[in-house]
Amino acid sequence: MRNNKWFNLGVQLAAVILALLFVTVILLLVKAPPLAAFQNIMIGSVGSWAKFSDVLISFVPLLLVTSGLLVTFAAGLWNIGIEGQITLGAIFATWMMRTLQDSTLPPALIIILTILAGMFGGAIWAALAGALKTFGGVNEIFGGLGLNFVATALNIWLIFGPWKRPGVASMSGTVPFDVKLWLPMIPDTRLSAWALGIAIVGIIVTYFLLQGTYFGLRLKAVGKNTHAAYLLGIPTWQYMMVSFALCGVFAGLAGAMQVTAVYHRLIPSISSGYGYLGLMVAMLVNYQAAWAAPVALFFAALNIGSIQLPVVLKLDSTLAGVLQGALVLFVLLADGVRQRFVKK
Amino acid sequence: MQVELRHIHKHFGAVHASNDINLTIPAGSIQGILGENGAGKSTLMKALSGFIFADSGEILLDGKPVHIASPADAINHGVGMLHQDPLDFPPMKVIDNFILGRNGGLFPDRRTAAKEFKELAVQFDFSIDPDAYVDMLTVGERQQLEILRLLWLGARALILDEPTTGISLPQKEKLFATLKKLAAQGMTIIFVSHKLEDVEFLCNRVAVLRQGQLVGEMLPPFNVDKLVEMMFGKVVSFGGRYPLTPGASTLHLEHISLEDVRLQIRDVTLDVRAGEVIGLAGMEGSGQATFLQACAGLVRPVAGKLSIKGADVTGQTHHVFKHKGVAYLPAARLEQGLVPGLSLTEHFVLAEETHGIFINRDQAIRLAQDRIKTFNIKGTPVSTVESLSGGNQQRALLALLRTPLSLILLEHPTRGLDIESTMYIWSKLKERCAQDGAAIIFISADLDEVLQYSDRVLVFFTGKVSSPLDAEKVTVEQLGQLIGGKGWEAIHA
Repeated sequence: MRNNKWFNLGVQLAAVILALLFVTVILLLVKAPPLAAFQNIMIGSVGSWAKFSDVLISFVPLLLVTSGLLVTFAAGLWNIGIEGQITLGAIFATWMMRTLQDSTLPPALIIILTILAGMFGGAIWAALAGALKTFGGVNEIFGGLGLNFVATALNIWLIFGPWKRPGVASMSGTVPFDVKLWLPMIPDTRLSAWALGIAIVGIIVTYFLLQGTYFGLRLKAVGKNTHAAYLLGIPTWQYMMVSFALCGVFAGLAGAMQVTAVYHRLIPSISSGYGYLGLMVAMLVNYQAAWAAPVALFFAALNIGSIQLPVVLKLDSTLAGVLQGALVLFVLLADGVRQRFVKK
Repeated sequence: MQVELRHIHKHFGAVHASNDINLTIPAGSIQGILGENGAGKSTLMKALSGFIFADSGEILLDGKPVHIASPADAINHGVGMLHQDPLDFPPMKVIDNFILGRNGGLFPDRRTAAKEFKELAVQFDFSIDPDAYVDMLTVGERQQLEILRLLWLGARALILDEPTTGISLPQKEKLFATLKKLAAQGMTIIFVSHKLEDVEFLCNRVAVLRQGQLVGEMLPPFNVDKLVEMMFGKVVSFGGRYPLTPGASTLHLEHISLEDVRLQIRDVTLDVRAGEVIGLAGMEGSGQATFLQACAGLVRPVAGKLSIKGADVTGQTHHVFKHKGVAYLPAARLEQGLVPGLSLTEHFVLAEETHGIFINRDQAIRLAQDRIKTFNIKGTPVSTVESLSGGNQQRALLALLRTPLSLILLEHPTRGLDIESTMYIWSKLKERCAQDGAAIIFISADLDEVLQYSDRVLVFFTGKVSSPLDAEKVTVEQLGQLIGGKGWEAIHA
């Protein structure tokens, strides 16, 4: 009765308004002008083509990891290890690039091989978390978290050890690659149309995979009731492993994009928290692939838009994080309240 | 302590689990509570021990009305309950389990507690090391620990729910000696069981529950036939039987032995033939569920050979069994058999053979509409399974079965269903036997159902399995006795 579409939409909308009010209250508490803050975020994200292209640069890895996470969430898995999978993707990509950069192969082929290596690296790291769960009985949340630390350590070691810049190692990362090995960029921006295209293709593939294929349906069955799925003849642990690997492919792809299209080298914080942000996007869209792209774009805009807050308003740019977190919390809360309401 | 229950009522949805129960148990007595599964024994005991609240009615302890708000409250009033599965913390030490329920202080006084624990244990001739970990103990020892704990907390009335399941004979003798000693000290013992023999031996009064009602009380000497009749009621006829025309061997068990945490099944040999129905009778937890799961490949036998249509499948996974045409329908429909959150259409798609990568939506919807009509399911192709009623969920499970099948294994196929759904489901199942030559093995707590639809019956009692009995020659009374562990000599003679 109360479970209709409009009621649900109203609840969601109320949650968004509440989140905005919550952030407003926080801003008022620190004696900052809320309207000016929101306005600056707007201007800082969509105020000019240059700003918006920065938003799109941030949108690419976020959308990629969200696509991957939709697959693991469908299988009922919490792939917290996504951060490490991005990092490993970046490491494998860098390794491939370093190996081939002085070869005579055409640059396009080198870039393709680099991206494939990144996907492979992410998949391996994800499969490791999956294997720990399947064969070792380690919850994927703990396994993933542990592997994140290992990945970070590995990354730092490579940057300051075997792959350090000639002379002195630095937090600024490894030696940048030659310009001909960068993914081509749109003139006057740092945005690569290729990267954007790959991310959009990624979410479309994910959408159809989860909505229209036997694989997607089986994955959902495994995620919602493993026991029943097994009795229905689905090889459950194999499906879980595949979903891990697929998510790893997306995460590794995101890492490879950061290396080939954004930083053109390996840097210490290569994953930039996109993995955790992707978890929030996935939760906010209630695991529905159709909504992932707009929400990821919105989150990317918040990230980029808040960059100018310190300059203009002397506010910290982490305000974007506060708003993102508040949004997710209030939407989840509203959903919890709605379910109680509907049950009664 | 005298325990008195007055006009206790408890509803669970449409089920009247306790229907106006009046029972007075004098101090120092051992009261047996008999009844089949679902008769309302546990509900009544949980209401007395604070796990659930009665909808109405009164509990009097030593003549004074009390309100029992929680299990902790119950023990404060002197009522302690020993659950069928011990409610303890296996990864913790015995002594820590012992003092857990005790209030008082930030820092537990382990030394005094250990001393008192040992003193109590000596009284009853229990030998448990307070520093041992609970997961190292046997079920019987865990039970002893629980008894000591409840006594230490001041229990003056002790409820035991099926305490003799899963413990060894010497432990059982020790338990009975302890209970008799406690009763002699003025303690009230409430002994919930389905084992007639135990009740007969131990109790000095018995109350029988059936379908939520107290149908009778008895003092020794006990008339076992009368008790069985009270437990299971009169025979209800469902109409005509189908004559059996046995076909080829479908499932063949050769000297199969099974083990689970509680019990062991030894050396079962059975040949199931196409078109035949075998009913498994026995109290819950007597081994029939393990047996059925072994037939499905969900439990590996520890010894013996299992073959389907002549092909050896011993030790193979359920999916191998499934490929050979075996289907298993669990009792917990929504928890184990169906996927909540997915629609009926999605279930039918999952259950069928797949073609290609992409799902053909139109075709899937047509399939769903077709099955919904054939199986008379009250729902639409987009209904999620959790929105269906229990009867319709069971119909949906049946509708998911592929054709053809050689063996259908069912756990409580009609539990909780009304008579119309029950008859419908059996008509569909019998169709499978007649048309596809499928064999059926099913578990039911309803003895009438077992006798009505089976060709042969296997009775389970604490892991013992009877030889197949001809359903036409067995009566409900006889079956009731066998389930309670009586009259086994006669059938094996």
